[in-house]
Amino acid sequence: MNGLPMNGLPMNGLLVAQAGQPEGLAPLELPNVEYSAMAPHLILIGGALVLLVWVAMVRRRPPWAWAAFTVAVGLASLGASWLMWLDVGRNGPRTAVADAVVVDGYSIFFMVLVSVIVVLGALMGESFLKREDIRGPEFYVLMLLSSSGAMFMASANDLVITFLGLEILSIALYVLAGLDNRRMESREAAIKYFVLGAFSSAVFLYGVALVYGATGSTNLGEIVGYLQSSVAPANGVLLAGVALLLVGFGFKVAAVPFHTWTPDVYQGAPSPVTGFMAAGAKAAGFAGLLRVFFATFDTLKLDWQPIVWVLAVATLLVGSVLAIVQEDIKRVLAYSSISHAGFVLIGLQAANEKGLAGSLYYLLTYAFMVLGSFTVVTLVGRKGDARHDLDAYRGLSARRPALALAFTVLLLAQAGIPFTTGFLAKFYVISAAVEGRSYSLALIGMLSSVVAAFFYLRITVLMYMSTDEEEAEEARTEPLAIPRSMAVVLAVSVAFTVAFGLLPAPVIDFARDATLLI
Amino acid sequence: MEGFSILTAMVLVPVIGAAVVALIPRSREDVIKAVGLAAAVLVGVASISLAFAFDANSAEYQFVSEASWIEEFGVSWLLGVDGISLFLVVLTGILFPIALVGTDPHRDVKGYTAWMLLLEAGCLGSFLALDLFVFFLFFELTLLPMYFIIGGWGYEKRVYASLKFFLFTLFGSAFMLVGMVALVFLSAKGTAPLTFDIRELAERGALAEDTARWVFLAFTMAFAVKVPLFPFHTWLPDAHTQAPTAGSVILAGVLLKLGTYGLVRFGLSLFPKAAVDLAPVLLTLAVVGIIYGAVCATMQKDLKRLVAYSSVAHLGFIVLGTFALTTQGLSGGVLQMVNHGLSTGALFLLVGMIYERRHTREIAELHGLQRSMPVMAVMFTVVMFSSIGLPGLNGFVGEFLILIGSFVTRRWWAVVGTAGVILAALYLLWAYQRVFHGTPEGENATLTDMTLRERAVMAPLLFLIVFLGVYPQPVLDRINPSVERLVRHVEEKGGYEQPAVAVNGAEGVREERQKKEVEEGQAKQQESERKLAEFKEAEDKAREKARSGGQ
Repeated sequence: MNGLPMNGLPMNGLLVAQAGQPEGLAPLELPNVEYSAMAPHLILIGGALVLLVWVAMVRRRPPWAWAAFTVAVGLASLGASWLMWLDVGRNGPRTAVADAVVVDGYSIFFMVLVSVIVVLGALMGESFLKREDIRGPEFYVLMLLSSSGAMFMASANDLVITFLGLEILSIALYVLAGLDNRRMESREAAIKYFVLGAFSSAVFLYGVALVYGATGSTNLGEIVGYLQSSVAPANGVLLAGVALLLVGFGFKVAAVPFHTWTPDVYQGAPSPVTGFMAAGAKAAGFAGLLRVFFATFDTLKLDWQPIVWVLAVATLLVGSVLAIVQEDIKRVLAYSSISHAGFVLIGLQAANEKGLAGSLYYLLTYAFMVLGSFTVVTLVGRKGDARHDLDAYRGLSARRPALALAFTVLLLAQAGIPFTTGFLAKFYVISAAVEGRSYSLALIGMLSSVVAAFFYLRITVLMYMSTDEEEAEEARTEPLAIPRSMAVVLAVSVAFTVAFGLLPAPVIDFARDATLLI
Repeated sequence: MEGFSILTAMVLVPVIGAAVVALIPRSREDVIKAVGLAAAVLVGVASISLAFAFDANSAEYQFVSEASWIEEFGVSWLLGVDGISLFLVVLTGILFPIALVGTDPHRDVKGYTAWMLLLEAGCLGSFLALDLFVFFLFFELTLLPMYFIIGGWGYEKRVYASLKFFLFTLFGSAFMLVGMVALVFLSAKGTAPLTFDIRELAERGALAEDTARWVFLAFTMAFAVKVPLFPFHTWLPDAHTQAPTAGSVILAGVLLKLGTYGLVRFGLSLFPKAAVDLAPVLLTLAVVGIIYGAVCATMQKDLKRLVAYSSVAHLGFIVLGTFALTTQGLSGGVLQMVNHGLSTGALFLLVGMIYERRHTREIAELHGLQRSMPVMAVMFTVVMFSSIGLPGLNGFVGEFLILIGSFVTRRWWAVVGTAGVILAALYLLWAYQRVFHGTPEGENATLTDMTLRERAVMAPLLFLIVFLGVYPQPVLDRINPSVERLVRHVEEKGGYEQPAVAVNGAEGVREERQKKEVEEGQAKQQESERKLAEFKEAEDKAREKARSGGQ
């Protein structure tokens, strides 16, 4: 007992002692846990735990209490992230908890992003759950846990922590996908997502093992040190490990050819969950991917750049071309999210500072666009969350002009129309690609966005250009209510998309500063 | 930004107008129309006063306003106007109020007015931008209102036409975006900062020759679709035919000019060498467009489609003048942009007025309208002759300048292009004959003539058509300095020299000849001096030899 470090918990010491540790051996050294380095993560986890306890203890409460609590938790973690941002700005980046977690601009950028997604996701979920009569705390608890996993992926400085974050994120998401278990599709989505997700996790883990075998460490900093000090680091085992890591991340971010789960899961999962998935899970996947490839395997970039080039081209083309033939709005948005992943991969392929900043900017702005879009999808889906055929949007502008306008703005922003953040995001990654001399990739990206524009326009055509008497009649008989919380999400996402499209400097600077503070 | 900038105001006024319109309740149509018109007229007045305040002796950009915008990319809000863009701005300022007053959307006045005002902002922004990024933003922004105007207020196949229009142009822009970024990044070598300022980029000219050629092609792709040049023109007849009248007027009058303007402003000034090298390709496409557009126009059964194809031919002339790379040709091209906007805009208005009465655009259905609508017939005649290029009307001045400008450098292209003038007479006169001549029967006999409002709408256009035909000097005075500067820039950076006759006519040739004679004389003198020196040297050597031999 005497040899225990002072900062270790006595309970742990007891366990170690009981395990029969022989005298004279060096005791287990417990790392100093700086909780402040993980404040936003812990706020989210704590919030989830409090919710669980609250459900068990308190019987009488207003029906919106859980949502309000989740929003408060999200705002608290946003505030904590902001304080950390100021701190990092003053004192520079640092690692914590025995180098396993890193606090830098990059990780805080994702903390901010995830916190915002939590807030908007809770607002989306509230009115959805109410409409579907499945109000309960599960949605919020799972979303908070999943989000904390996303944050861990962003701040991990060790492949094991990345894996832990990936699993925390994913397992909660599997359950979320099957949340509306009265619907067959929702159950199917959960199973599909789980099987393929578990498979990809295994691949990822195998990749971690190979990298460990080749470099002798899972710590990103130590891997960098190894790569820089060894003469010919690119041996077969290491490259195989890196490739498997890419596959594992590729599943999470839905890069072609690892995208096959995306349309089915996006279609089957409850609409707000899909929105959360498209915004949060994709951002988290890229958070891990970008850090591991940009910062850690930077010296191997001549090996992985061509592979990422192929992935990016396939993702861009498959995503935008297959979206054209879809008849279900959620499948359209699923394929469109695949093609957006392709754009972020363009930023990765460029492998320069602009590419990293551009990717971050893309993920941030896309999160708002896609959350707003799925809000509209949730609303138009009506009770039962079933009306997702494109015909449901016919003549929407006559019934709900504001809703149609908001959706149009969000869709056109995704298509990359000027004076929206969507255009700037595309511009950012394209300029990174050009700076990296990947002209062909830049051109393929832009051409795929022309293809993509077709299906975004197709939806606006349905909303604006095909009104007739029959639909006007239908509009009278079947009103489309917009709950207040949904209106807030829509207003925030549209305002963000347009305002920072007109005055882009703050967000661009935020993304750039985040990459400088690594 | 220092103080009040008239150019920024001109871009913002329509945007503010659109925002105000969006806030007015749908039922107050009269208020909406009034607000929309007020904004458009305000911009129109500003644009005309701009033309008067413009310093005709200066070739530089005037009324420049600058404010930093996205520092990370070196983008700034940079507007300015020179002789090349000035009259396109004026044209935009004039055509929009006319289009708003002269046509009736029939439904949803609110959306229509708001989109039209946004479109005006987009057009003005494109013409005024001196920052490549800002230009691209506005260039793309014009797509959206036009897409909604065609798709929302057009005719039977409007959805197809609007999608085609949007996707074709976006396809071209995709190339331009990549080219633009490549240009900016490659120009920022070493210590030079990133900048999208076209004045600075034109000066740097930092691209290697073959790179510049690729980037030039990327830009040209976008503009060729917009113009449209021959193989990329297929969106145009559909878009024009299906668009509501105001849409066609603006599309033909202003939007197509974005393409030709882009070729002049960016193609020539940013990539002079590539433009010189690739000029034959563009000239060939232009001439093919002239002939092909004219032949297609002759074959059309739909009056509006006929006018649309005539645009392909006319725009071919403008490109011909541009890439002849002579002062005259380029001045003619710039002037012809304005002329085409006026005459084709007017033609579309007139065709729209006929459609409002007869609800058909089929030439075969229309007959003998001269009897029932004499005023319409007169106006149609004048506009038609302007479009054909009859001396005394505006079309002649532009086409003539283009043809003489291109004849001196690109003889055979000019010769083939001239055939287009004859074909224009063929298709327009033939159409006129079928529609207006003869004795009307049935519905054609009972049509009412143009109302006072319609006459008032046409009056300014007719005035300008005649005025520019009789006295184009004030306009050319303002265009020429900038055009000369541009041609000089191409000569300096493109390793090319335009023939003297294209600058000063016969006088220039005489000067050239004198200069050459003087040069030849000087050369001769130098030669003889050199020979003398050689002779002396040889003599010295021989003397030296003789002396050493003697020793």
